[in-house]
Amino acid sequence: MEDKDRIVITGVGLTAPNGNTLSEYREHLLAGQGNIQRIPMRYMNEVLAGVCNFDTNKYQKRKEVRNGTRAGSIGIYCTREAITNAGIDWENVDKSRVGVYVGITEHGNVETENEVHNISQFNYETKYWTHHHNPRTVANNPAGEITMNLGITGPHYTVGAACAAGNAGIIQGAQMLRLNEVDIAIAGGVSESIQSFGIFAGFKSQGALAEHENPNQASRPFDSSRNGIVVSEGGALYTLERLSDAKKRGAEILAEVTGYCMNSDAKDAVLPDPQRQAECINKALSMAKLPASRVNIVSTHATATPMGDIQECQGLRNVFQNCPNTFFNNTKSYIGHAMGAAGALELAGNLSSFNDNQIHPTINVDKLDPECELDNLVLNQPREGSNIDVILNNSFGMLGINSVLIVQKYTA
Amino acid sequence: MTKEDVKKIVLNIIGEIAPDEDLTQVKSGLRLRDQLELDSMDFLDIVMELRKKYGIEVPEDDYSRLESLDSCGEYLHPKFMQKGVALA
Repeated sequence: MEDKDRIVITGVGLTAPNGNTLSEYREHLLAGQGNIQRIPMRYMNEVLAGVCNFDTNKYQKRKEVRNGTRAGSIGIYCTREAITNAGIDWENVDKSRVGVYVGITEHGNVETENEVHNISQFNYETKYWTHHHNPRTVANNPAGEITMNLGITGPHYTVGAACAAGNAGIIQGAQMLRLNEVDIAIAGGVSESIQSFGIFAGFKSQGALAEHENPNQASRPFDSSRNGIVVSEGGALYTLERLSDAKKRGAEILAEVTGYCMNSDAKDAVLPDPQRQAECINKALSMAKLPASRVNIVSTHATATPMGDIQECQGLRNVFQNCPNTFFNNTKSYIGHAMGAAGALELAGNLSSFNDNQIHPTINVDKLDPECELDNLVLNQPREGSNIDVILNNSFGMLGINSVLIVQKYTA
Repeated sequence: MTKEDVKKIVLNIIGEIAPDEDLTQVKSGLRLRDQLELDSMDFLDIVMELRKKYGIEVPEDDYSRLESLDSCGEYLHPKFMQKGVALA
């Protein structure tokens, strides 16, 4: 493949409940340190959530923060951090050739809920409904706020893909680079979902909201006593470039995007289909021209719902039989489910394995569910790998949307 | 309540909606938009805060009457008096 068709990751900016930089995040993952809190929630007393603590005023004026959305602030923070991380000479970049592709699970619930609450204080008179509601709730909002903050005049939009959105944003960015629509893609996912009681209430009604007396033990994928999802906020956005451009500017290349696939279960709104997930993985492997046995790390999607984890493990067992060098881990056990950011953040959690050959574990597994057994599932303690150079990142979502992304350590 | 009190109320509202601005040098006879980074959405915020906090309505045709602190004082003072707003 020619360099102009090879897509590489040159920078990453992130905020997770347990880290605001890649190095801080990595350090906490290897140390087994999650960060889940109990927070007050309108109509629900308290809920468990992953909360980010990045400085919103680092890159935004206070008025921007006030007028914009949490998702926008997360997006701006991640983008600025990614550009710095990539060493891009931003002042001299042609901003019309930069595209912004931000995966979201949902957007707008937060603002609409807030405004309904607001007018409830005024006898539901709609003249008290804010004029900021519509710019805050249009579906392109987080991506649009990024362009306004950075003066990006190329294309921007969000990719709505339920909890597969983080991968979907990266895939969209890679595709737009391959089509030569842009020279730099800002791509990944964000989530502000912890600001919305409706997200929590919906999972609660579905019997899929986690509860545990110790917040940091609430998110426990694959454990026999798992009882649902911990909702989190966060974001991870990458700078993607064509290899030819990255080489030209002497960029440090963090990884190469070599395979991806998205498909649909076409079956059930909430229950995943292992067969379609396996197909999605196989198609991504086919695109990357890799046998399953070449994958070193499978970053699982498992959200700690009783059925979802079992279904994913079934799909994984179908693909990864006789793969002694393939290890499986999970990042939601530390940070909860960051929804639209999940796929992108979970990829970031594993990216450093290319350099340190460590595989962070799935934590909070006191008693492994026999139906979630996988050979080489990394439990509770990090594992030392050897020559880790292929990561496969699963990310699935409601309405049967599946996404798989494969990144490889860059070799010339 | 005086017109000066009304100007202070408006300036406080501007302080909330434009927290990055230095309001200590604002000249009451000059257009607010010429002195501060305020856009049309910010003026809608001023109108909304007057409505929410003081029950004062500013019809769209009268938005131009809010262009300076002096014009705010002139225009809004009778409305505040009519509402009988008491200063805390």
